[in-house]
Amino acid sequence: MSEGFIQSAYIISTILFILALGGLSNQETARRGNYYGMVGMAIALIATVFGVVTDNQFFLYVSLIAGAVIGIRLARTVQMTQMPELVAILHSLVGLAAVLVGYATFLDPEQSFVGIEKTIHDVEIYVGILIGALTFSGSVIAFGKLSGRIGGNPTLLPARHFLNLGMGLVAIWLGSLFVDQAAAGGGFFALFLMTLVALAFGVHMVAAIGGADMPVVVSMLNSYSGWAASATGFMLSNNLLIVTGALVGSSGAILSYIMCRAMNRSFISVIAGGFGTTASSGGGSGDAAEQGEVVAVQADEVAGMLTNAKRVVIVPGYGMAVAQAQHTVNEITRTLRDQKVDVKFAIHPVAGRMPGHMNVLLAEARVPYDIVFEMEEINEDFPEVDVTVVIGANDIVNPSAQDEPDSPIAGMPVLEVWKGDTTIVLKRSMATGYAGVQNPLFFKDNTRMLFGDAKATLDDVLRALQSQD
Amino acid sequence: MKIGVPVEVHLNEQRVAMTPDVVAAVAKLGFEVVIESGAGARASYLDEAYRAAGATIVEETEALYEQADIIFKVRQPEFHPLLKRDETELLRTGQILIGFLWPAQNKELLDVLAEKGVHALSMDMVPRISRAQKMDALSSMANIGGYRAVIEAAQHFGRFFTGQITAAGRIPPAKVLVIGAGVAGLSAIGTAKSMGAIVRAFDTRPEVKEQVESMDGEFLMLEFEDDEDGAGEGGYAKTMSKAFIDAEMALFAEQAKEVDIIITTALIPGKPAPKLITEAMVESMREGSVVVDLAAEQGGNCELTEPGEVVVRHGVTLIGYTDLPSRLAAQSSQLYATNLRHLLTDLTPEKDGQVVINMEDEVIRGATVVNDGEITWPPPAPKLSAAPKAAPKAPEPAQISEVAEASRPGWMATTVAMAIGGLALLGLGHVAPPSFMEHLTVFVLACFVGYMVIWNVTASLHTPLMSVTNAISSIIVIGALLQISSDRFIVAALAVIALLITSINIFGGFAVTQRMLAMFRK
Repeated sequence: MSEGFIQSAYIISTILFILALGGLSNQETARRGNYYGMVGMAIALIATVFGVVTDNQFFLYVSLIAGAVIGIRLARTVQMTQMPELVAILHSLVGLAAVLVGYATFLDPEQSFVGIEKTIHDVEIYVGILIGALTFSGSVIAFGKLSGRIGGNPTLLPARHFLNLGMGLVAIWLGSLFVDQAAAGGGFFALFLMTLVALAFGVHMVAAIGGADMPVVVSMLNSYSGWAASATGFMLSNNLLIVTGALVGSSGAILSYIMCRAMNRSFISVIAGGFGTTASSGGGSGDAAEQGEVVAVQADEVAGMLTNAKRVVIVPGYGMAVAQAQHTVNEITRTLRDQKVDVKFAIHPVAGRMPGHMNVLLAEARVPYDIVFEMEEINEDFPEVDVTVVIGANDIVNPSAQDEPDSPIAGMPVLEVWKGDTTIVLKRSMATGYAGVQNPLFFKDNTRMLFGDAKATLDDVLRALQSQD
Repeated sequence: MKIGVPVEVHLNEQRVAMTPDVVAAVAKLGFEVVIESGAGARASYLDEAYRAAGATIVEETEALYEQADIIFKVRQPEFHPLLKRDETELLRTGQILIGFLWPAQNKELLDVLAEKGVHALSMDMVPRISRAQKMDALSSMANIGGYRAVIEAAQHFGRFFTGQITAAGRIPPAKVLVIGAGVAGLSAIGTAKSMGAIVRAFDTRPEVKEQVESMDGEFLMLEFEDDEDGAGEGGYAKTMSKAFIDAEMALFAEQAKEVDIIITTALIPGKPAPKLITEAMVESMREGSVVVDLAAEQGGNCELTEPGEVVVRHGVTLIGYTDLPSRLAAQSSQLYATNLRHLLTDLTPEKDGQVVINMEDEVIRGATVVNDGEITWPPPAPKLSAAPKAAPKAPEPAQISEVAEASRPGWMATTVAMAIGGLALLGLGHVAPPSFMEHLTVFVLACFVGYMVIWNVTASLHTPLMSVTNAISSIIVIGALLQISSDRFIVAALAVIALLITSINIFGGFAVTQRMLAMFRK
């Protein structure tokens, strides 16, 4: 295959990738978008395999097929509640691949650049490996945290900001060292050292970020995996990689931005970590002031309230995912809708552990997506809602974000559930949410608490609903 | 204590202050009821019905006043045509009188009652607060008045209200304009609408727009620069500025030419009714049109209204009845008696038949106009308004200016950042080879394309977006493929491993995205 032919194939792939992302703008075109992505990838692969590869085809096919088998098995067996973990581990693979390709390029004897081109090429390799290593180790830690293999609490080393700064400076210093040595044909040691520093940096960065900030971390790592691909593209002078990497990179960056905005926090403050520590000192005074009576109810009372309501809004949170209660939620929704109760879902952007996590869970439980609404779409409707059911969510429905300027979550956009007639909160206990802030919602006159595991209590509610008929 | 209910002596007054249902209800509060024979006859409540509910019937008016400790009336006391003496003369010290007393218009009556040592509660003085809605007799009567106004209009209007297409031709729907969307106005809107008319409504208080629209009426907006709000204290309207009234009059003049029926309900508490419909407007109305003036008792909203009469001027029927609620006597008696019962419930906290006039209670304080020989009218201003106040509007501009201030440094920072970025790019272009700059161009453009495309992605698809971008970022596999054929073993080995893991990612990423997307359904 001629060089021109391969380039044309790459252009087609690029266009298909852009269409794939564009297709996700709504549910109807999303599936088509995914097919565009597959076709784009297939074209790129075929063109490269038949146009460039001259040797080692056997290993190529073996590893390709092995990868395909493993990948598809993973995709088939993963539970929807485990999606964040899966996405995180897949990110780590991209990072690792970027590191490997970077090393391979560095060690490839065929590359022959001179002068400034040589310098730029070395910088590209260096940066590619740096981002790749960072993505890899960060994603592995994120995977560990999301799957519960590592504790979800932020691990805060003393003087961590200086540690980060120090590692950054070391990476730059090693970079200049590497460029100098590489010009003379060496530099492997500096590169290797930098890789270790980058790995440590990734571990430290994600370890310092706690549970509810995970949506930002996951989308940030998504962004990094894109930049890693882009850097590899520069390294190999391949526009397809540059474009695709840039698409993915900006996608992840925008998602991180959306998540940060939904928490009213700056990206830097999330990445620098330590939400919980500053929060507990600030929230301490609020705890004492906001204590009051909570009114606990039983499942059959909740069922009664739901059947008597005209408009019901369900606010799912991470607690629903943990308890795997989404199917029961759907059953309740269907029962109520059969009784002509208007049921809607309100999704806060950072509910769950990754962007859009709740939507996927509800979709898995076959909740129709046209009754699932974003925060901005539904917040105005709360005054007309009869019953709001909050399932395992806390900070995203906390009125102190609006009422208390001192609160650590002040200014964070929240679902204004307390404006409805009655709010039912499903919770395991009276423990505070991730931000460590007490929630005045629980003590409001029109709030009822239903304690227990979300799945078990919702099953009771469903039974009570069905026995009423 | 005994409650006495006399026959209403006002000419053509058909209402009565007690119904058999309420007799039974107040018995539970510990009260006995004495009814003058025939008191409810004109409202279709017969003596037997009262007796069956547990009331005692007396024949003599004087006997009733002597027996009763509390007198329930509709109208204020006046000259009794049969007894040839004033009703106030029948009252005695310590007796409680409850009815529509209109203290603002009847100062002399208050003096007489105070002199007699009567406790007087006026139903029209019940404050308009949420808690007192159940005893708000003015609203009850206004509701009936609004309904009856439409019925009267329909009787004098020579056409259908509803539009029809018949074999004999097309009938256009009647157009009704309701001025003043208070309780009576809203009731008129609802009634006229249910009869099939096209209903428009106007009010000086813009916040009633929603209420009008909830009754399916069309709210006429005044095109007026100043944001003047006509809501006065206690949810009533207030007098508007000259400029506002001019604009308002222009609107009415224009509407008068178009509509068939005008129902005016504009009242300002304690003032004569504003003149809204001029003679010229009446003249401009179509032959056979009807104007119902619910403000006739306070002088009328229309210049030509004759209070209490129906007159025809310039071919337009002007209805100035002042007794519209009385013309629906059974209904209005029922509502009024129920309002009285609710007030009585508040007056007997112990439910032992003993009335306690608690002047600390805002509702009772408001209604009480004479207490222990002292005139206690007017009451202090009510604390709460039924309508939302305009006060929350004020902080808004302040917030906006704060935002503006906050965003200014942001703009500065952006400009500075862009300048630095631009300079850095120029510097890079100075030293970098053309091939690098080409790649950079592609990179920057791709970032922008990504930026544009991603913002369109719906938030509910963020998880599939991440998994599909993850799959796409495995395009790094191209890098591995470029090196897999290398002669150097280590390079080829690294490439094979990279290929293996990226292919996990490619297939896994696309497959899981597909699985997720398949779940989204309507």
